[in-house]
Parts: sequence; C-alpha cells; structure tokens
Amino acid sequence: MSEPLYADTFRIRGGDFEHGGEVATRIKSICKELGIRPDLIRRLSIANFEAEMNVITYADEADLSFRVLPEAVQVVVADRGPGIPDIELAMTPGWSTATPEIRARGFGAGLGLPNIRNSADEFRLESTPGVGTTLTYAVRLA
Amino acid sequence: MLLAEIVALLGCTELQALDQNGGLEIAGCFAADLMSEVLAFCGHGSLLVTGLTNVQSVHTAEVVDARAILYVNGKRPEVQVLALALSRGLPLLSTTLNMYEACGRLHRGGLPASTKDRPSAS
Repeated sequence: MSEPLYADTFRIRGGDFEHGGEVATRIKSICKELGIRPDLIRRLSIANFEAEMNVITYADEADLSFRVLPEAVQVVVADRGPGIPDIELAMTPGWSTATPEIRARGFGAGLGLPNIRNSADEFRLESTPGVGTTLTYAVRLA
Repeated sequence: MLLAEIVALLGCTELQALDQNGGLEIAGCFAADLMSEVLAFCGHGSLLVTGLTNVQSVHTAEVVDARAILYVNGKRPEVQVLALALSRGLPLLSTTLNMYEACGRLHRGGLPASTKDRPSAS
C-alpha cells in the first residue's frame, strides 16, 4: 500500500445540522490545494456531503477518515448509532426512514447512499444493528 | 447566460452581490428544495434555484460547483448563511417569483437545464 500524501480524521456529531456540510467543504478545500482534478473533487465532495449528512441525520457520532494516496482518495466513515438492519433496502433509491423535519432541511429523499455509490469508484457498506455503520468509499485519481 | 442578465430578467434582489464586473457566466439551471436531488442530479457551473434557505443550501451549492443561488418566493436566508456565502464567494439572489415562474422565465430567456448528463461549462 502506498504512503498517504495526506491524511486526516474529522469528527461528525449526530443532530448537528448547524454545521452539516462543513467537513465536506473543508475536505474539498484540501483537495483543491493538493491539485486534485476538479471533476474528481466534485464526485468526492458529493459523496462526503451525503455521508456527513447521513451521520448527522441518523447516527450518534462518527469519525470520517480521509486519505489521499497517489492512486485514489479513500474515505472511511465509521459511526456509532442504530445501524442499518437491511442494507439492500437502504440502497434502494427513494427509500428512506427520514422524518418530516429532516426532509424540511432538504435531505432524507432516499438518494444519499445510492448517490455515494454512484459518485465513488469503490463502495462498501457494513452495518451492525444497535452498534453502528461503517461506510468505505474511494475515488480513483488515475 | 450572465448572472447579471438573470438579475435583470427576474428583477432579483442581490443578497450577496459578488459578481462585481458582471461577467459571471451561468451555463445551466437546476431547481429543487431537496438538496439530495441537487447532489444527485445537478451539473456544475449552474444556477441553483431553491426555496431552502439554510446553511446546507450554500454547502450544497459549493459541493456541486454551482455559480450562484436564487431563492424564490421572496425568501432570504439568515445572517449566518449570508456570511457563509460571502466567505465562499458565492453570489446569492432573491426573487419574489415562485419557483415555477422563475424557472419558466429563465428557460424562456435561453438558460438550459443543468444535469449531470449534460455538464455545464466550467
């Protein structure tokens, strides 16, 4: 495995809508400074924003770990929360357990996880109900 | 279409007038109140038309590389949202028109729909 050119971890707190999006936009700035191609930054940022809002909406808290390798940007979002009992169902576009309050904030349309999968080149979702969910994805740089 | 032309076409109020020389080009338009739909379907270089005025509207615009936000129905975001847009260099507009009317006028004026399948020029 290659040595990361950059690595950092960001804490995301469940329910913290006020700051929702700050991690994704901060990582976007870092990627710009690193000279990553704009279209790849855009795809990564969309995935990061959806993942960040998922934690804020559904989980207690999470660490988003972000590594830039020569060949790819890798992200792992490990949350502590209720978990996802049926991953296949959660991946169905339009399926959502979001409350009307979440939808009033512009999220909870059931598009988040499919959008992360579509934005990334690699995608893995593992969950243990009652414990938490780990989402791993990557955007290839070459 | 230039952002300045959009301001004139819809009679917009400029909440954050950051297009000082009037040369900001808008290549397409995407309208939604659900930010997840914007993230999923909006192309880059767009005008985001929305009725959602919270901080996520600005973060979403930044993430999808939108050029500006147009708030409809006379909506205006709170001061911290204005400050966030200023820090990001993102122009914010407001119109008293509703979303249907605003989009209708923009489309009639020649601004095409923005989609990921038809990416806007950067």
